[in-house]
Amino acid sequence: MHITRGFTGRPRVDDPGLPPGQYDAGDDWPVLSAEVTPELAPADWTFRVDGLVAEPRTWDWEEAHRLPASAYEGAIHCVTSWSKFGVRFAGVSLDAFLDAVRPHGSATHAVAYSHTGYTANLPLADLTGGRAWIAWEYDGRPLAPEHGGPARLLVPHLYFWKSAKWIAGLRILDHDEPGFWERNGYHGRGNPWEEQRYSGD
Amino acid sequence: MTETFVPPTRFAVPGRIAVSEQAASEWQTATLTGIRRETPRVTTFRLAVPGWPGHVPGQHLMVRLTAEDGYTAQRHYSIASAPDDSGQVELTLDHVEGGEVSGWFHTVARPGDRVEVRGPVSGFFAWPGDRPALLIGAGSGVVPLMSMIRHHRARNLTVPLRLVVSARSPEELVYARELGTETTPVFTRSAPEGVAVGRMAAAHVAPLLAEQPSGGWEAYVCGSNSFAEHASRLLVTAGQPVDRIRIERFG
Repeated sequence: MHITRGFTGRPRVDDPGLPPGQYDAGDDWPVLSAEVTPELAPADWTFRVDGLVAEPRTWDWEEAHRLPASAYEGAIHCVTSWSKFGVRFAGVSLDAFLDAVRPHGSATHAVAYSHTGYTANLPLADLTGGRAWIAWEYDGRPLAPEHGGPARLLVPHLYFWKSAKWIAGLRILDHDEPGFWERNGYHGRGNPWEEQRYSGD
Repeated sequence: MTETFVPPTRFAVPGRIAVSEQAASEWQTATLTGIRRETPRVTTFRLAVPGWPGHVPGQHLMVRLTAEDGYTAQRHYSIASAPDDSGQVELTLDHVEGGEVSGWFHTVARPGDRVEVRGPVSGFFAWPGDRPALLIGAGSGVVPLMSMIRHHRARNLTVPLRLVVSARSPEELVYARELGTETTPVFTRSAPEGVAVGRMAAAHVAPLLAEQPSGGWEAYVCGSNSFAEHASRLLVTAGQPVDRIRIERFG
């Protein structure tokens, strides 16, 4: 570590909710997608889970909304070093979808993919146990297109590039397969508390 | 299952750039060797990085500053300079109001100061100079695009390259002295006499898409999110395929 001459940083409180290397973005919610925001209406949105499952299935907007509602309130963390506290998302727990398709015992990972073709890989263990959602509301309102609306994946305990916007499906696998950013130098898992930013961290 | 999973949609991302994993994972100490004012709010900082592995235009550098009590702040910045063998890279930074890291650079930094850097990182927005590139930027969003233009000139590349850049006024146009015939400037608040004032519009983009080079354009859009949304819609409306638009947004 090298002390930077004259650098004091902004006034800080020791916030146990802030992972190392992150700062509180306050009211800001930067948009960091690499692709053109798609014009995707709820009526055209679908979500499919297939791969190593007993019953592959596709839900449309109405069908997905008939599953039990589930909300997340807490923090999100972006690899570019901002964190945002007190966010409120509503949607359905991913467990509800996975329970319906019944992954095989050999299943270990998933590739999440978007209606744009964006991909992100995740260990199945990060998607189950009430830690991941399909979210379509933010702060009581429909999720904005630039933030992934009509629906996005939400995996708030990992860096936010894993929470694929405009989610289209999950392919369940028995091995790990790097997604879009992971093939562009980012870490395979992306745990903010261990600062897993880049490949090799 | 051994086949590579391909999502059932577009956004094909041709020609990804391999990123050096080792360079991306190691912090090293860089020395500030030069400071150059570009506009009243924008300044370029030149850094000597021992063992700099080189970069592709459009890649980033991560900078980390450390306070005496051990507090650190790190930020991603686009690299402004073209790849060369000088062992030095340049960053061009906006003086963001209240900016923790950019504020240090603009008000404290002087040649000889040392900071930690890591990189180059991220390959998606990179342009190695191998295909026609249509560059669209606003404000300091022109920084990674300038790396591409400088690379194009330094290597005497013949592949078509065009830049449409938006600035509030001629005084705020970053790199104004360096921009050449490849550039169409757009001024949103005030312009030289005889030049229209207004937002980037279809009229700026459509003529370029009407003259497609062989193989078509690869479009690179960089700016604020609202600008990126606007510019990418202009491109799509003018016929640019969505899977050949790469966007870098800053919030």
